[in-house]
Amino acid sequence: MEWETVIGLEVHAQLKTKSKIFSGAPTAYGAAPNTQANVVDAALPGVLPVLNGEAVRMAARLGLAIGATVHKRSVFARKNYFYPDLPKGYQISQYEHPIVEHGRLAITTASGEKIIGITRAHLEEDAGKSLHEDMGGFTGIDLNRAGTPLLEIVSEPDMRSAAEAVAYLKTLHTLVRYLEICDGNMQEGSFRCDANVSVRPLGETRLGTRAELKNINSFRFVERAIEYEVRRQIALLSSGGQVRQETRLYDSARDETRSMRSKEEANDYRYFPDPDLPTLLLTDAFLAEVKDAMPELPDAKRRRFCEQYGLSVYDAGVLTASREMAQYYEDAVKAADVEPKLVANWVTGELAARLNEEGLDIACAKVTAQGLAGLVRRVADGTVSGKMAKDVFEAMWAGEGDADAIIGARGLRQISDDSAIEEVVRQVIAANPKQLAQYRAGEEKVFTFFVGQTMKASRGKANPAKVNEILKRLLAP
Amino acid sequence: MTLTITKIAEDLAAGRCSSREIVDDLLVRIKAHSALNAFISVDEDAARQGAEAADRARRAGAGVLAGVPIAHKDIFCTSGVKTTCGSRMLADFVPPYDATVVEKMKAAGCVMVGKTNMDEFAMGSSNETSFFGPVRNPWDPQRVPGGSSGGSAAAVAARLVPGATGTDTGGSIRQPAALCGITGLKPSYGRVSRYGLIAFASSLDQAGPLAQSAADCAHLLSAMAGFDVRDATSLDVPVPDYAATLGKDLKGLRIGVVKEHFAQGVEPAVLDVLREALREYERQGAVLVDVSLPNSAHAVPCYYVLAPAEASSNLARYDGVRYGFRAAEYKDLEDMYKKTRSEGFGPEVKRRIMIGTYALSAGYYDAYYLKALKLRRLIADDFARAFERCDVLAGPASPSTAFALGAKNTDPVSMYLNDIFTIPVNLAGLPALSMPAGFVGGLPVGMQLIGRYLDEARLLNVAHRFQEVTDWHARVPAGI
Repeated sequence: MEWETVIGLEVHAQLKTKSKIFSGAPTAYGAAPNTQANVVDAALPGVLPVLNGEAVRMAARLGLAIGATVHKRSVFARKNYFYPDLPKGYQISQYEHPIVEHGRLAITTASGEKIIGITRAHLEEDAGKSLHEDMGGFTGIDLNRAGTPLLEIVSEPDMRSAAEAVAYLKTLHTLVRYLEICDGNMQEGSFRCDANVSVRPLGETRLGTRAELKNINSFRFVERAIEYEVRRQIALLSSGGQVRQETRLYDSARDETRSMRSKEEANDYRYFPDPDLPTLLLTDAFLAEVKDAMPELPDAKRRRFCEQYGLSVYDAGVLTASREMAQYYEDAVKAADVEPKLVANWVTGELAARLNEEGLDIACAKVTAQGLAGLVRRVADGTVSGKMAKDVFEAMWAGEGDADAIIGARGLRQISDDSAIEEVVRQVIAANPKQLAQYRAGEEKVFTFFVGQTMKASRGKANPAKVNEILKRLLAP
Repeated sequence: MTLTITKIAEDLAAGRCSSREIVDDLLVRIKAHSALNAFISVDEDAARQGAEAADRARRAGAGVLAGVPIAHKDIFCTSGVKTTCGSRMLADFVPPYDATVVEKMKAAGCVMVGKTNMDEFAMGSSNETSFFGPVRNPWDPQRVPGGSSGGSAAAVAARLVPGATGTDTGGSIRQPAALCGITGLKPSYGRVSRYGLIAFASSLDQAGPLAQSAADCAHLLSAMAGFDVRDATSLDVPVPDYAATLGKDLKGLRIGVVKEHFAQGVEPAVLDVLREALREYERQGAVLVDVSLPNSAHAVPCYYVLAPAEASSNLARYDGVRYGFRAAEYKDLEDMYKKTRSEGFGPEVKRRIMIGTYALSAGYYDAYYLKALKLRRLIADDFARAFERCDVLAGPASPSTAFALGAKNTDPVSMYLNDIFTIPVNLAGLPALSMPAGFVGGLPVGMQLIGRYLDEARLLNVAHRFQEVTDWHARVPAGI
């Protein structure tokens, strides 16, 4: 039997606010335990939550970016359960009335563009962390993360393969960073993903029983966890078994998913509207303000790069993968004042390769946009050859100075002076009478031999275009 | 010594006495009447120091309440001072911060002499659910003072302090004020910040003053009320100087007499007292209007779904993890939760947590919680209709005078019915007060006056005009 995979994703994006969603405590990551939590975060008796307006603004920004309805009226509810790192005994979240609903995100798949529906996005607070190591047999509670704002983004079950799921995640990841609402750091848990996975016989329209996969904190693990789970479910169904609705944990070390709890063991969260927080009402003016402040989104930027800079769709895609990369490129184009395509080649070529090799973010590039522009300008005006320029780039990366300084210091200036090149060419021709005869007899491929000899004689510094031109003239009978 | 806040303020301003002298005197009285069990904690040194500081400040010129001693219900967090909420769960809890009410009253110059006893987590109508033992009614020590602000009411009635703070979720200021023969006001929901007030039922809780007279309550309310950025449900509207608005005549005032409140279930003698009080208002030119609140009949069941539902969630934080009581021995995390909460909470609190948890459970939410929310709306609509025809509503604050200790604490429903007239007001978010209107068998009878939203000034004035021509509020229990 042929099977179809059905995947829906729930993403928790940590919002980049300075303070927490319901308290004034800072949200800095990595601080000493319980130094970023105040009386509200610790749920002391009598404290009350006050909503952080910046978190609301960020949620609205995402809503507008995915063409969703940003509700003018939304409600915070309490999700009740006991856990040591949940200080109030409930999590404040949005339940029946989320701030964002009915959005969509276009992803690029092997077979072209596909639209993935986004059911909803709602605001909620994060819990603290339980620490089990180095606590002398006790469990420690760190409330630094408690109350950090999260935007939970829930997709429709629209994805049909692990690859589509990853494409959706990457597109969303790019988007939230473009919107500057989330730093996207998956290692630190700023962008987390749960996957709802089910399979069904191809052609069946009803959904199969799903498993919810938790703890998948990288794009690679998302792909592997889903693939494992799909294999498991198909094997189960093929042998006459049934899939249980349950939560499963992905173990990346063993590359498998394991049952965490079944539907029957799930908590009854007893949701009800939080009486401490009035209904959240957004005005038209607020929404207009959010709209006006909206940055250029990845799709629009990609289209613009193609048109404005004459780039291929592929190059434009690479250059707009992040806002910082796009900014770097545009800064370089502006500073270089040369053919934009030439700048694109350098950014997607040498620069991207170096960043990749060293695992660096564009923000940490050791050659600035202005620096790269200086180099590309020297390529464009013929001061250095493309090949020499690569050495100059390496030297710049190593911190030896800007392009002009390196070119000067290393004597890499290209020889473009006609008489100087002619001098070298004459010497080369004179030294190779046999090849000259062959060429004049019609063996045109001997031409490249003369080019090679000339470049060698000039130690690579002769302008190749000029060498070609002069050779042609002097070799002619 | 039966000094009112108004009198103390005059004496202090005129230099006839010092705050320190008044506090010294009160501390002696508090000790002498410790059998009432009105206080959970009294910090004599801090009170004296506070009084001295107020005396120094007074010389530099200070407000009306500067140097006036007060007590806070032990539900308000006080920085560095034990705040128990009447529970074993918080028996040793010392907050690191002041509730907004505490902060504001401190800023107004009030001197805190102690923290008053209360029903555990404000759940009770007799003060018998306190972990620190019941409070006794100064009018008859064998009777209850009412609850949950029973300690504050008894302390004011016994003249241990001229004023105190309380909280009112379903009648917890008005009912004890009625049973102890003093004046107590529950402001409109949102009028006073709830920050630092240990939550029972967040959509109903409201802090307010208890004192001998409406004029004294006016002074206290002016200090307590106002917007607070730390409470998203507090109202951002200006606070009037309530004392300054007292004294307007009542000619043409339309007093709504609630048909359902003058009916069966109320002690006939209590109703007689109230009818006589209404005649006094007619003498002052007020007009009586018959009104009906038909849905108020559902108020008690409605309240006993909503309040426990909110409480079941509000009290989840008392888990033994971060502060407060933790069971001495346990096997694992779940066992720690179970033992801590079983041992830390008393039976009434546990009963309400269970009721509330049940009401919010999957499959029951619509039948209980959602239905109660709809009823709440109907109850509020009744009030809105009534206020189209009158300016204030009048009726009993409680169906009876103070009952005997132990009389009702084994029968929760009969206890809950004590608040039958006060609960609808919380559900509607309106302001209301109780003031002494007479006596039955030597025990005070309280009249409840209910106002329009944010109409506290009118309520206080209506009570004040009554107190100008009567002396029920000035009577003092024998032996006090």
